[in-house]
Amino acid sequence: MSWLTNFYRSAVGKKAVMAVTGVFLFGWIFAHMVGNLKLYLGAEHLNEYAKWLRVMGSPAMPNSSLLWLARAALVVATWLHVQAATQLTLMNRAARPIAYGEREYPAATYAARTMRWGGVIIILFVIYHLLHLTLGVHVNPAPFIEGDPYHNVVAGFQIWWVSAFYIIANLALGLHLYHGLWSMFQSLGLNTPKFNAWRRNFATAFAAIITAANISFPLAVMLGFVR
Amino acid sequence: MELNARIPAGPIAEKWAKARFDYKLVNPANKRKFDIIVVGAGLAGASAAATLGELGYNVKCFVFHDSPRRAHSIAAQGGINAAKNYQNDGDSIRRLFYDTVKGGDYRSREANVYRLAELSVNIIDQAVAQGVPLAREYAGLLENRSFGGVQVSRTFYARGQTGQQLLLGAFQALERQIALRRVQMFNRYEMLDLVVVDGQAKGIITRSLLTGAIEAHAADAVVLGTGGYANVFYLSTNAKASNATAIWRAYRRGAAFANPCYTQIHPTCIPQSGDYQSKLTLMSESLRNDGRIWVPKNQGDNRVADQIPESERDYYLERKYPSYGNLAPRDIASRAAKEVCDEGRGVGSGGRGVYLDFADAIDRLGRPLIEERYGNLFEMYADITAENPYQSPMRIYPAPHYTMGGLWVDYNLMSTVPGLYVIGEANFSDHGANRLGASALMQGLADGYFVLPTTIGDYLVTQMGKKVPTDRPEFKAAQQAVEERINRLIGAKGTRTVDSFHRELGSITWNYCGMARSAEGLRKAITEIRQLRDQYWREVRVLGSDEEPNQSLEKAGRVADFFELAELMCTDALHRNESAGGHFRVEYQADGEAKRNDADYAYVAAWEFQGDGEPPRLNKEPLEYENLHLATRSYK
Amino acid sequence: MNLTLHVWRQKARNTTGQFVTYKATDVSPDASFLEMLDVVNETLIEKGEEPILFEHDCREGICGSCGMMINGVAHGPIGGTATCQLHMRHFKDGDNIRIEPWRARAFPVIKDLVVDRGSLDRIIQAGGYISVNTGNAPEANMILVPKAVQELSMDAAACIQCGACVAQCPNGAAQLFTSAKVAHLGVLPQGQPERYERVVKMVEVMEEMFGSCTNYGECEAVCPKEISIDFIARMNRDYLVAQFRGPRSTILPPLFNTEEELVTNET
Repeated sequence: MSWLTNFYRSAVGKKAVMAVTGVFLFGWIFAHMVGNLKLYLGAEHLNEYAKWLRVMGSPAMPNSSLLWLARAALVVATWLHVQAATQLTLMNRAARPIAYGEREYPAATYAARTMRWGGVIIILFVIYHLLHLTLGVHVNPAPFIEGDPYHNVVAGFQIWWVSAFYIIANLALGLHLYHGLWSMFQSLGLNTPKFNAWRRNFATAFAAIITAANISFPLAVMLGFVR
Repeated sequence: MELNARIPAGPIAEKWAKARFDYKLVNPANKRKFDIIVVGAGLAGASAAATLGELGYNVKCFVFHDSPRRAHSIAAQGGINAAKNYQNDGDSIRRLFYDTVKGGDYRSREANVYRLAELSVNIIDQAVAQGVPLAREYAGLLENRSFGGVQVSRTFYARGQTGQQLLLGAFQALERQIALRRVQMFNRYEMLDLVVVDGQAKGIITRSLLTGAIEAHAADAVVLGTGGYANVFYLSTNAKASNATAIWRAYRRGAAFANPCYTQIHPTCIPQSGDYQSKLTLMSESLRNDGRIWVPKNQGDNRVADQIPESERDYYLERKYPSYGNLAPRDIASRAAKEVCDEGRGVGSGGRGVYLDFADAIDRLGRPLIEERYGNLFEMYADITAENPYQSPMRIYPAPHYTMGGLWVDYNLMSTVPGLYVIGEANFSDHGANRLGASALMQGLADGYFVLPTTIGDYLVTQMGKKVPTDRPEFKAAQQAVEERINRLIGAKGTRTVDSFHRELGSITWNYCGMARSAEGLRKAITEIRQLRDQYWREVRVLGSDEEPNQSLEKAGRVADFFELAELMCTDALHRNESAGGHFRVEYQADGEAKRNDADYAYVAAWEFQGDGEPPRLNKEPLEYENLHLATRSYK
Repeated sequence: MNLTLHVWRQKARNTTGQFVTYKATDVSPDASFLEMLDVVNETLIEKGEEPILFEHDCREGICGSCGMMINGVAHGPIGGTATCQLHMRHFKDGDNIRIEPWRARAFPVIKDLVVDRGSLDRIIQAGGYISVNTGNAPEANMILVPKAVQELSMDAAACIQCGACVAQCPNGAAQLFTSAKVAHLGVLPQGQPERYERVVKMVEVMEEMFGSCTNYGECEAVCPKEISIDFIARMNRDYLVAQFRGPRSTILPPLFNTEEELVTNET
């Protein structure tokens, strides 16, 4: 396995790891978003879906086992993604010890330049989000009912600052995806002349879809469409 | 001084093969015992250093750049000739040989040129194997274009960057040898003197351009690939740092300087636009393949180009040289441009320019094809002049570009100092009085890849066990002389900048020893150059110290050498009472064409240094033409 | 026109530097940026002040010697041009211009605007060549190179090693430079035998000295030869493939081989 550690030791390898874990996290975020759309179908559908997540895979496997597998994979992916990002950031800081007196960016997008801070915001949000809706810790005044995610979501989003945090975090996620989804093609070397224009379109489209859908949830609650 | 060209006996086509058999070989195990210094890493220097490293010699390579990949070979645009006859248009080694000798106005050494033509084909093979992306046809085969002075298509090219690509090939080979520790690279080192011990070149004195340290380096042989001296004109197409110091220092140590007056003025450069101008930019000669050169028929016609009707245009090259037309050789095309401008028919500000018009070509071939062929050149022109050459014709004017003259070398590329080899533009060998387009790259690489690495062994075997240490008095003396000279330049503490002197020297040289020369003008130039040189040593201002990076100091030493070289150029031009190739004496012409004097001047003029203030001694190497008939060049 | 320059002056590698303000007067719009600096230097020398040290040589945009940060952009505001080919007509009368050296750990400042770019040569030494000795070459037309492949190789080979990509990259990465050399040789048939070993060796040496790529695209925007970051993707791909196929393996075919695809797509 020494080639694998060698491979990870290189920055190109780390970027590939970030791309692969990024794709996985993106897939999960997308699925999560699609699942959450059931919010619009009513409490029954959403709660049913939440319950299915726990029994998914049974009877072939014990209840919740697939869910825990997925959770474990998510933790590992997030860990690798963050670790590689941190190591690369340190490497890059060291590569330019003295900053420029003046600095312009003729090409780098806002999204590209905010990847690191965006990542931090997203991580903080994920922690809050888990405490709030998965673990039911009282991180906000809304009451938490085990097994009724619909209620928990609606109650949470009725608090303006919970919604605001959610919206800000998802905007950050949108920017992160806008650059990240394009960037992963570069990092993995997936480019051919015909395909290249689609890489940008793909990243823009999915960043927009995920952000729009995710932001629509708190907005819908705040505006009273979902209650 | 006895000039022995060491040309092998026998028929011309067999000379090189015979020579290679006759050369003594260095035992492979002994090669690593020999140290060779290579100065310069352009096409010639880099290819030589890399090849010598591959052969197993210990090579030390010195360049004044930060990396060997920056040498001015990189700026060559158009291409490289080779007698491959891929186009089936009647080319052959013999034809390339003939074209080169004829293009050189019968002032080059037959045997050298024939060898160059023979090796031209190997160069292309080598370059392709190295990964040089030479232009291809759709079938994947190599493509050729035509070039000035010939009627076959034998020029290989890589967009407008042939020089850069070929140099990268040599550079990569060199870097490989550096990584293998066969070549030790000295970047940012300038050679300031040659060390001669018991009549043999045994080392050099260098100055580090970072710390100013003066060091001595010993070796069994010294190879100079330091390029030409066109910067003597100040405004030239050469890179700013290109200089003659290495060859000039060698000249002062006993290496004869051959044909210094043979300088090439390139016809297609962008005209000067102001006094601040630091250099002239060359537009590849390949533009003449499709562009038509013209001026208005009438003097002082100030209308913009497209307002001048066809009937009032003078396509003077097509008129005077119907069979070669716009592809007449460089010296002829340059002189013709000067002539029409002298008649008051020049275009652009100051009237020093002629049109190079692509309107017909765009009509005939369509803009996309023209873009494909010359796109980057057109862009470069637009960048510099803020004019769009697709809409209005380019303006061009001749500019100093290449120097055929250089240190005298024998067939083995050894100078008159045993152990001192000179390759590429720095020597005089192959181009006679005028170089054809796309031949400089060919010569540099032939010398560096194939000729020098083969011939040098024949000398080295005689040097077995004859190493000299750098604590010999000859090294000390040379080192001291270098230091004194630097102190003199810094100590002058005058009022004028180095550049202002260089500019003035350039203008004297250009006016009297440029495209047209006369005995009277040359005498005047010599007087003026001497006066200016005296003034220089009194009034030059070099600020800063000699222990740090100091570009003024670097320039000051180079310009000091240019003064001496300019005088030798004028002396040579004055002695040569004929016109030949790039050397045009107004007294010697017939119907406006150069008039050679083969009876008296069919020789190489090799000047020998006799000491400061002493006139140099002229040595003659007669040029014998056994294979080609001395004929008047005609491109009509 | 008249300009105010704020130029980084630094005596030597280990000293601290600072911005010094100079006036450039009567600058011709047709002059190049370096010619403008020449004029400033001439006046400095006349006043007895040491001239500004900057590297330059061919002044035709091909040797790669020159380069400086001009108002926070490598080689200045006009894309696709080296500093020597940047003309003053792109500036306005009265402009303030800030001029700084390239900054990267791998490019230590030598003096004023001159930096040491020897680290780029080291990347070439690591494997940026085809190992062919002089005399070892087959007849040139024995190696067929499809025109589109040759053009692609040429696009990459156009790199002039000026270091602008590193200077502009927020990470101080040399990916564009390295990938251009990897692609120049790696797409050609001649470069195939060493293709995967070459990329691994070059990337390893590159990463010892430079930062990593985060796909900002800044390098491409300032590259005087407009080299595409597609080459970076290609280098990443070759590197990944090299890792999976093992250093000496010649049994596995490359996982992705798009050369043929390129030929059909680009023409």
